[in-house]
Amino acid sequence: MEPIIIEGTPKTPTVRFDASEGVFEIKGRSIPENSVEFYKPLVDWLDNYKEAPLNKTVVDIRLEYFNTSSSKCILDVFKKLEAIHKAKNEVEVNWYYEEDDEDMLEAGEDYESIIRVPFKMIEIID
Amino acid sequence: MSFDIENYFTEQPNGNTILYYKGNIDSDVINQVLDSVEEMLLNKNEQSRLRKKVYNVMVESLQNLYHHVDLVPDGFEDQSAEKYGIVAVKRVESGYKIMTGNFIRNSSVEKLQEKIRRINRSSHAEIKELYKFILNHQRISAKGGGGLGLVDIARKTGNKLDYSFREYDDKYSFFFLNILVNEEI
Repeated sequence: MEPIIIEGTPKTPTVRFDASEGVFEIKGRSIPENSVEFYKPLVDWLDNYKEAPLNKTVVDIRLEYFNTSSSKCILDVFKKLEAIHKAKNEVEVNWYYEEDDEDMLEAGEDYESIIRVPFKMIEIID
Repeated sequence: MSFDIENYFTEQPNGNTILYYKGNIDSDVINQVLDSVEEMLLNKNEQSRLRKKVYNVMVESLQNLYHHVDLVPDGFEDQSAEKYGIVAVKRVESGYKIMTGNFIRNSSVEKLQEKIRRINRSSHAEIKELYKFILNHQRISAKGGGGLGLVDIARKTGNKLDYSFREYDDKYSFFFLNILVNEEI
């Protein structure tokens, strides 16, 4: 499968979905006005990936900011991961948040309560 | 004009206005406003918690304008703006005030008012649940909004939404939103 590699911009995150390297990462800022446009290719990619996933898929989410419009799209990404998990594959989400960023921690906990995939909350300490 | 929109922003007492913008709210304007607010917050050495909350609230309020404002009324001074809005940011003693203003059709006032009232009568825990419910159940609208902006603002600030509607003419009102982000004591 062709990897998705997108460099970050001030409004959109860096994305690396590379099954051959076992790297799944979304990091940076996700605050575009039109988040569906940005996330649709990622959701489609995961849809294909779920046909033949790795035994273990680990996804790192390191977001500094995300807007509410992205929050729905990120949920769509997690729903694909949930489907992979449900098909008896190992899936793990590492949700990174900066020290003292309670809002980002709470956002991770929101997803954790909605999506049936193991989440690890990881505090980034400078 | 039945009232002076700008007076509302300039007459608000207490605090230094660090940003004021009126006009079309497009993607470039949003970028510029966000950049300048972020730079200003860094220059003032604000605590990171406050910086992040102000920035988040700025993103949501600007994008609310971007996704939801109605066209300007006929005869309004600025006809060139497709999405006319006003944004002001002030440093006040307890933190930051973010004020926005935009036109809304009179026919849409009740719905927005009901939405805000629902948020304002909810406890913090209820707002959190409301956020999760909308996140999980509501699709992104044709306008591109997720319907979560105001809920998110209320959740992150922990404050009630201070707002008012003022009738502009028989078709339009002006909607003012006044958001306070408190500094941690």
